Order: sequence, then C-alpha cells, then structure tokens
Amino acid sequence: MAKINDYNFTVSSHQCLDEHANVIGELPSWASSLDNLLKAYRSMLYSRMFDDKAIKLQRTGLLRTYPPAIGQEAVGVGVGLAMHAADVFCSYYRDQSIQLLRGIHPEEILRYWGGFEDGNNYQNPSRKYDLPVCVPIGTQCLHAVGVAYALKYKESNSVVVCSIGDGGTSQGDFYEAINAAAVWKLPLIFVVNNNRWAISIPTEKQTAAQTIAQKAIAAGMEGVVVDGNDVMAVKAITDAAVEKARSGDGPTLIEAQTFRLCDHTTADDATRYIPKNDRLEAEKKEPLIRLKKYLTKYHHWTEKQDKHLKAEIKDQVQQAADNYLDIVNEPIGVTWDHLFENLPVDLTEQKQAWITRQQNKRGNHD
Amino acid sequence: MTKPITLLQAVNLAMHRAMQENKDVVILGEDIAINGGVFRATENLLESFGPVRVIDTPLAESLIAGMSIGMATQGLRPVAEFQFMGFIYPAFDHIINHASRMRHRTRSRLQCPLVFRAPFGGGIQAPEHHSESTEALFAHIPGLRVVIPSSPKAAYGLLLAAIDSNDPVIFLEPKRIYRSIKEKVDDDGKRWQLDQARKVKDGKDITLISWGAMLHETLEAAQQLEKYNVSCDVIDLLSISPIDMIPILTSVKKTGQCAIIHEAVKTCGVGAELIARIQENAFEYLKKPIARITSPDTIVPYAANEQIFFPNAAVILQNILKHFNIG
Repeated sequence: MAKINDYNFTVSSHQCLDEHANVIGELPSWASSLDNLLKAYRSMLYSRMFDDKAIKLQRTGLLRTYPPAIGQEAVGVGVGLAMHAADVFCSYYRDQSIQLLRGIHPEEILRYWGGFEDGNNYQNPSRKYDLPVCVPIGTQCLHAVGVAYALKYKESNSVVVCSIGDGGTSQGDFYEAINAAAVWKLPLIFVVNNNRWAISIPTEKQTAAQTIAQKAIAAGMEGVVVDGNDVMAVKAITDAAVEKARSGDGPTLIEAQTFRLCDHTTADDATRYIPKNDRLEAEKKEPLIRLKKYLTKYHHWTEKQDKHLKAEIKDQVQQAADNYLDIVNEPIGVTWDHLFENLPVDLTEQKQAWITRQQNKRGNHD
Repeated sequence: MTKPITLLQAVNLAMHRAMQENKDVVILGEDIAINGGVFRATENLLESFGPVRVIDTPLAESLIAGMSIGMATQGLRPVAEFQFMGFIYPAFDHIINHASRMRHRTRSRLQCPLVFRAPFGGGIQAPEHHSESTEALFAHIPGLRVVIPSSPKAAYGLLLAAIDSNDPVIFLEPKRIYRSIKEKVDDDGKRWQLDQARKVKDGKDITLISWGAMLHETLEAAQQLEKYNVSCDVIDLLSISPIDMIPILTSVKKTGQCAIIHEAVKTCGVGAELIARIQENAFEYLKKPIARITSPDTIVPYAANEQIFFPNAAVILQNILKHFNIG
C-alpha cells in the first residue's frame, strides 16, 4: 500500500497575554503604542456597553430580539482593527463590535434589531459594499467567496473578511466556501468566532475535530487558532492573514476561541444549558479585564482614567439610543419601492391597496 | 442571410453578446467552460472571454448561487448555469433568503443583478431527477423574476434583458425544445420586455394559455381545433412572475372560455394562480369553468414511461373537446 499522506498536521495556536495579562507570547509592534491599545480598549468597551444598552432597551420593550456579543469583544475588535476601510466585511448576526469599529452607525444597528430594514442601509459611504447582517447560518461564507472573486476580478487591492460562529461551521455552505476560496486563492479571511455555544450545543457536539481551524487543512488552506479573548493576538493573527490575502497568497481560516458570556439572544436563557462553573471559569478569562490589567500593569492606566473613559462611552451610547428612540417610521409604500428596481405593473394594485390600508392604520400622523 | 438557429444556440448567442457588451458579465457553473456546458449552451465562451470570466466552479450548487450573490453585490453581473433544474434545490437557501431580498432589505444600497439559468422539463428520456417542471416554486417568492422562453427568438431577447436587469432572474430553458425548433435570430442585441406575455395565435372561441415547451403542443392542438370550427387565442406567458395579465384578460373577456396548459403537475401550479386571477377580474365573462391541462400530481416516471405523463397535443385536444363540449 502506497502512503500518500501520513495525516500528520499541526495547527498553530497564538496568545500574547494570559488571563492575568502576563506576556506569554511575542507582542506585535502595534501593541507598543498606548494609543493603539486604548483604541482597542475603547472599542471593546463601547461594544460591551452598547450590548448592555441594547439588552435594556429590549427588556423595556423598546428593541426587538437582540444577540449580544458579551465576552467576545476581542474577536470583533481585533479583526476590525486589522481591516482597511476599503476591505469588505461579510458578517453574521453577532458582529456589532466589528460593525461599530468600521463606522456603521450605532443607530443603524439598533434600527435593524428594532425591526426596520433601513438599518441595513448603511449611510457611511465607505460601508457601501459591506453585506448586511446575515441570519441564515453560514450562508455569508459563500457570499464572501463571490465578493472576493469580484474584488480579484476588478484587480482591487481590497480583501474580504467573513465571520461565522462555531455552529455555522457545521453547515455545508461553510465547507463549500473554504473549498472554493482555496481553489481560487481568493483574498478572503474566514474568522470563526468560536464562543463554545451554538445556542445550547457545545463545540464538542458540533464537531469531533480537536479544532475548527484544522478543517482548513482539508480545504487546502492555512488554519490557525488564536485566543479570542486576547485582542493583541487576534489583531496580530488577522493582520498576518490580511497581509497574506492582500499580497495574493490566498485565504486563511482563523478560529478565535472565546466564550459567550451572555444569552444567545434576548429570547434565550443560557442558564438552561451552560454549566455555572464553566461560565464562572470563562469570566476569569474575559477580554476587557485582561486588557485593562495589561494597561494598568504596563501603562499605568488608573481607575480614574478608566471611570472617565466609561462615563464618556456611556454618554455616547446613550446618545445613540436616544437618536434611535426618536423613531421615525419609513414611508408607507417602502416595502414596494425596493422589491424590484421598477415595480412590475402586475403589483401596482397590491401596492395601492397596501398604501390605503396603511394610511387608514397610521391615521393622519404620516 | 442569417441561418435559422436552435433555442440552445440563441441562448449561447445572447451570452456572447452580453459578455462582449459588458465586462461586468461573468458566466459560472459546472462544466461550462472547457466543456461548453453539458448541453453546450456555453460553448466557445471560454475561448472568447477566458477563464476569469467563464468560470468552472467546484461541483456545489449552493456555492454557485451564494457566490453569484456576493459577486452581484459588488457590481458584477453573474450568469450562472445550474446543470438541470433538479439540482438547483441546494441553492434555494440563497435564492429565497438572499437573492430575492438583497435589494429590499438594504433599501437598494445593494442590488442583486444575477441570472440563474437552468434547463427544465421532460421529454428527452433523461435519468431520474432530470425531467421535472417546478417553476411554480420560484414564482411563489417575492422579489424574483421567473422567465421561460418558448422559442429561439424569445430566448435571445429575454436572456439579454434578464442579464441587463438589476433584479434577480430565474431563467428556465425548456430543454425538450432546445434543438427541435429553429428560427432566424438577428444578433442585433434587441431586448424583449421581461414581463410581457405575447399572443402567438388569434382566435375568437377559446383562450389557451401556456409557456415553454408546452406552448408548441398547445399550438398544435389549436391547429387541430380549427377542424371543429373552433378558433383559439393562444397566449405565450413568457414570464410566470410577474405575470402580464393584460392580454390574458383582454382575450378571456372576448372568448369567455379559457384553458391553461402546463407541463408542471397540477396542484399549486402556475395554472392555479392564473385561474384565481382570471376569476377575480373577469368572472362575469366566463361561460364555463376554466380548464387545467397539466401533468398529474405524481412523480415523473422514469424515462421508459415518461411520455404518458406529460400532456401533448392529442391530450390537450381531447381535454378541450370534452371540457367545452365540442364535436
């Protein structure tokens, strides 16, 4: 029997800081600047406080179902910081930290989860080509393949980042996407936010593979594991993957290992399935405390500064919430205005009936 | 002098034309490049436009649909081939959840100008899963256009219009008549209207409505009905979504009698929709219930017995004679 492959492989795993913020890996040069670190810290805090606010809005009936990303901020922020403005982001539905960092307005994110389609109509012109939040699990991976193909076709210097949860990697679309991305050597980075839980299903029930990153090897591309609670490591690993993609050397799969320190959505109750001790253990490793410890240890970050920063962000988040709550509904006929480029004659009667009904319902206020 | 060409050649001609006219048009699918497609619809495109624009994909239909959507959002105009309609179902998630909704859910920030081509229908003695007509599944989805040509000229004009369109278009090609009908087609780049039905025969007694391959069986039946002194309006629907009701209602109001003929099975077929709309808008003109002449609500038999499954001119004729008490 001829041996064609001995099936030995290694998946590298990266960490800069341990949970106590001791430096245990090589620090990227980016991390030597306090400004850079503070930008990361601020973005992570913003994401956390934005989530807290969104949950409060939902609990008081002012927002519909919302999926927080508490505990996973280092993944989004590390990845977001590694992307250029002209790069394209294909998100799943727990990506507010990247979206906020990339200049999507917080009011738009709230509009989306508040039940208005125009939350997907990003007004920041540099976000024109980012795909809207993708709800059907894993499908965004194939859109990302097409986006990356288009960018390559247009000889653009931009790359595509596609994010997905751990549960999403069980979908056929994920495998089809990593396979095709490697075949065409596309400028595409897949980031798996492995937060351990796909609603109630833990990673070990999702896959028998030791890591999700190793699935990349079967597709013929590089896969790496990174500590998803270590923003420096996430940024460094994503930087490398982005640079590789930008220089035409093809796709990478990054598995960022973190923990969902919140319910799947506001409609969920994670205490039904996440063992209490697992969660308590995970809380010790969470990303915000880790970076704060590092800042305190190496940059003399003080409690006073920390409080001041949090107060500033709190005001900003409150302002965004206030703007959102100043709800203006979309025009009455809007559902027909974007269905086709030009509404077929066939549908004009239904549109008219709809408008009449809505006018009666809304009264004279609109 | 242009030579008559087949529907398949007309499809090919339209794609050549579209790719020449617009660099944003790319073609993708399984076996479509070096092999020119299993029916040869994409023949010579690779030679003319190269492998970056004429893309052989890995064998994965969800990929073909999903990546087409990604391409379309970035300004390309992908024309994807699904080898047979029977294999398009893995792509449903993308067609229904994304392609049809991209413009709507982004409030036109992004659009989805793509064409998904698929040969459909039976009559060529193909293996299992190769003979169904499930066009109604697509017509049920808001935001999609579903177009079915019935002749080489229609295929050429409609495919060019579909590629131009900024809406997602499902373009279903009746493979039974891929090579059996020839027509002179001028390669003049002239587009047909995407949502206009056309009247292909004038009469006064009965309105017959059909599309795709069945249009030709219907026309033959209409011819035979002349012997019974019955003349028919025959309408070729061309687009099953949206539906152009104007010529249909005009005709039904004139004839007061109507039959709908489709190759798809009966229940929830497009025929049911047409009947609903006709009775909503022209009930008082109807002298008789509207007839539906379709395949039966069962699985298409394997090739050895498929011919008994589909309606043909003789079956259409018999049904019409009986339903309208003729002769």
